[in-house]
Amino acid sequence: MSDVIYSINGPVVKVKDSKTFQMLEMVYVGHSQLMGEVISINDKFTTIQVYETTTGLKPGEPVLSTGSPISATLGPGIITNIFDGIERPLKDLEEQSGAFIEAGSNVPSLDLERLWDVTIQVALGDELESGAVIATCPETPLITHKSMVPPNIRGTVIEVAPNGQYNVQTTLVKLEDANGKVHEISLMQKWPIKIARPIKERLPIAMPLVTGQRVIDTLFPIAKGGTAAIPGGFGTGKTMTQHQIAKWCDADIIVYVGCGERGNEMTQVLEEFGELIDPKSNRPLTDRTVLIANTSNMPVAAREASIYTGVTLAEYYRDMGYHVAIMADSTSRWAEALREISGRLEEMPAEEGFPAYLPSRLSQFYERAGYMENLNGSQGSVTIIGAVSPQGADFSEPVTQNTKRFVRCFWALDKSLAYARHYFAINWTQSYSDYVLDLSSWLDENVSENWVKDRQILAYLLAEEAKLLEIVNLMGPDVLPEDQKLIIEVARIIRVGYLQQNAFHKDDTYVPMAKQLKMMEVIIHLYNRSNQAVAGGRVVSQLVKTGIFDKIVKMKYDVPNDNIELLDSYIKEIDQAIQSVA
Amino acid sequence: MSLKYVGLNEINGPLVVLDNVENASYDEMVELHLDNGTMRNGRIVQISGKKVVIQVFEGTFELSLTNSQTRLTGHPMELAVSREILGRVFNGAGKPIDGLGQVYANKSMDINGLPLNPVSRVYPRDYINTGISTIDCLTTLIRGQKLPIFSVSGLPHNQLAVQIVKQAKVAQDNGQGFAVVFGAMGVTNDVADYFKRSFKEAGIMDRVVMFLNISNDPIIERILTPRCALTAAEYLAFEENMHVLVIYTDVTSYCEALREFSSSTGEIPGRKGYPGYLYSDLASLYERAGISKYAKGSVTQIPILTMPNNDITHPVPDLTGYITEGQISMDIDLNSAGIYPPVGVLPSLSRLMKDGIGEGYTRYDHQDVANQLFACYNHVSEVKSLMSVIGEDELSDLDKEYVKFGRLFEGQFVRQGFDDNRSIEYTLDLAWDLLSVLPKTALDRLDNALLDKFYNHAKALERFNIKETKIIKELEKVGE
Repeated sequence: MSDVIYSINGPVVKVKDSKTFQMLEMVYVGHSQLMGEVISINDKFTTIQVYETTTGLKPGEPVLSTGSPISATLGPGIITNIFDGIERPLKDLEEQSGAFIEAGSNVPSLDLERLWDVTIQVALGDELESGAVIATCPETPLITHKSMVPPNIRGTVIEVAPNGQYNVQTTLVKLEDANGKVHEISLMQKWPIKIARPIKERLPIAMPLVTGQRVIDTLFPIAKGGTAAIPGGFGTGKTMTQHQIAKWCDADIIVYVGCGERGNEMTQVLEEFGELIDPKSNRPLTDRTVLIANTSNMPVAAREASIYTGVTLAEYYRDMGYHVAIMADSTSRWAEALREISGRLEEMPAEEGFPAYLPSRLSQFYERAGYMENLNGSQGSVTIIGAVSPQGADFSEPVTQNTKRFVRCFWALDKSLAYARHYFAINWTQSYSDYVLDLSSWLDENVSENWVKDRQILAYLLAEEAKLLEIVNLMGPDVLPEDQKLIIEVARIIRVGYLQQNAFHKDDTYVPMAKQLKMMEVIIHLYNRSNQAVAGGRVVSQLVKTGIFDKIVKMKYDVPNDNIELLDSYIKEIDQAIQSVA
Repeated sequence: MSLKYVGLNEINGPLVVLDNVENASYDEMVELHLDNGTMRNGRIVQISGKKVVIQVFEGTFELSLTNSQTRLTGHPMELAVSREILGRVFNGAGKPIDGLGQVYANKSMDINGLPLNPVSRVYPRDYINTGISTIDCLTTLIRGQKLPIFSVSGLPHNQLAVQIVKQAKVAQDNGQGFAVVFGAMGVTNDVADYFKRSFKEAGIMDRVVMFLNISNDPIIERILTPRCALTAAEYLAFEENMHVLVIYTDVTSYCEALREFSSSTGEIPGRKGYPGYLYSDLASLYERAGISKYAKGSVTQIPILTMPNNDITHPVPDLTGYITEGQISMDIDLNSAGIYPPVGVLPSLSRLMKDGIGEGYTRYDHQDVANQLFACYNHVSEVKSLMSVIGEDELSDLDKEYVKFGRLFEGQFVRQGFDDNRSIEYTLDLAWDLLSVLPKTALDRLDNALLDKFYNHAKALERFNIKETKIIKELEKVGE
């Protein structure tokens, strides 16, 4: 007897008295073949969550088993593309059903006809392990795609195609394994999205992901292979921060997951990344970007899948030896999708209606980040940067609190900074990065031995200022002694002149590490010289009147990135200005 | 000829249960014919085997287990649309209530709509000149944007919405291809009347479509009202190529209707009793704003919501803020000070403005001036809180200048008349004059080229009729 729909409640469909299905298996539901996933089985009912709208579905329509879990299709053609949460290319959906996405649109994830310039990397008789590169092809001008033996398959090459043009379906290599079974390998492979791809070994974290954003690189750095969370209420600039990092960070590949967010934002990413030229390669940023867009009005179950799809694509490119950064905007929407489905299943809720398994799902996602030695011996990393949208900007809610346990970098966005249009609105007292120690030897060697020390001084001044401001807010600034007034003035320079960064300014949008270092040194020099002057009896207001403080606030605009030596002249000017105060 | 089912098996709030139903489909519309000759509409919200749960739009009063017959229509909820809907008034479920008869329909559209493919969207860039300084300069409205008004009961949010409609129509291709869709969800008769009268007075009633669900109308219809309104808007924008402005009020009543319905179906509640899917549900409304590359029209949304107890962290404004592209926030204190429109500048935001202003759109200094105004006004609020502790006299000289700036900003920039339609040049020049009240060195968001061109302290003193103070002169000497 075939399996048919028994009940329908939103995206949850049940099949009665069936023994055909496996857990997490992909199924096709109804006459229009909506994609779905088996999420629970008992002796009476098999429960399926459907990734598309169930309007018009009727009991009695068939449910087809596919025998395999929900998988991502991996192969050349992923980069530059834009997919929905279950890896359907949105451009192909547009061709099929026009501007509006209709339910039951089935299109292949990759272009099956397009020919790729394939260079074969193996020869007859080679013994290949899982992960070994069998062929390469240029996927974009920036990315060479390396097709690999899928995990869990190994053997001897018994047949191999010559170099040439192939589509993703053509068998290029045949492997015979120890049991005499022959495996056909093409450019394309599949991998279940909810399972992490295997690796050889996790390596210690040692390299920063350089973003060119001062508050991040200096105060709260993130490592390649690290994890970070960006929590913030609405309007605090989570998306802006993610966009800036996606544009400028030194990863090889960016996976941008728009999970339950605005449609216009994804359009903006598409447009902007197509126009922006990467300064390092002189190619548009789209050449290293893949977008996954499951906007807030697209089906909720596919929103849950979009995060897994994104991280699976990231791992696939990591296996080729690339450094991949994945931006997930926003993980709260993903958690809400879990809650919504859980509610429909009438599971017992834990905090705020979220299911009890929320922490374990979050950890499964963030643990897929890391700096790895891959099966084929190459090294690559997956860095996860997840935005969190706490309800009412209250960081005590479950998603923020649980995320905090699994990430080592916490960039807390602050409403009052955003109100003052201080971007990035990363609050320096609530945020932290656990990577400073891991990165210090790399920074010593590659930037300067002073970096960590300078960073410490800036952090110290900001912390002191926070304490002093409590007094000022009660009693006014005049009660402070001169040396403390100086701290407040210098901290203002750090806040306005250093931490605040203008994403629309041609030089300030991306600042290389060397310039960041020099800017820090100018500020610290100013503090030290002024401190001496104050100790010698000068008053802070006199020092401020020299105008040097205001000049330093604007150095971020006045010194172009290609002429950072100009900053050396600031040191002299500071000396002159301080001396001029008799 | 389709089957009719006699009687019902269960009645619970707005829901009825019917057993032994053949061939029902999810989300399908049903008709309940009562023995007294009236007819009610309903929708299938759950199917379990042959048992279906139906949500009755007009409510279940007078229904018994035996006095009705139910017929399945075989299609989801649809709205009949054509160009003729312009100038008409409908109830929340899309039935004409202006006594002019049925609409001659071009086509029927599913009111739930379909998600607009992100690759088919056009990123909104054309700014709408509303003639209101705070909006044009600081939270610029962009065509295709969804920009809600966060307000509190008792504030003039309706006037503001009307003023936007009146003044914005001029900028939109001289009123050609322009339409307003108005949805009233659970507001009082007076509010609905106010909008109707204002549209008439502005002489645009023939370009307005109204969907009215008054506060004592059935709540299920309230859930349908914005969907009907947006379906009408999508039709006008994407099939008739018109620029459509959708105003619907009050989103909070809508969410309360949703909560009432959710609890009657026995769903597990999320925060404050609202259903867990409130975010997705609101998104299915707000995301229907935008521009498609296959049509010349656009849908711009200005939803109005009242924040219960002026609490911006309440689930309704909170989730709204996460979906919409900014918000215009109304401020109680400004209103008590008699300032119209009482736009709370700091919590207001337009996410799309950065790409729709500046060179080629408004003026090249727009973004920088706006940033500087925000920064300065933010400092004013810090100074004010300090002032409430230590008194004005104890403030530093510079902070006293900020207090002066703050008063002028609220009195001259925020405050404007209901019929005052300001051009963007006027607004930006006013902004510069206000900033020029402050010493040049305090303007740390502006680069020197801009300051040299626009900063004019003497002109500001003259315009606002204020005296020169010592601190400015002292600071002026700096760096010379």
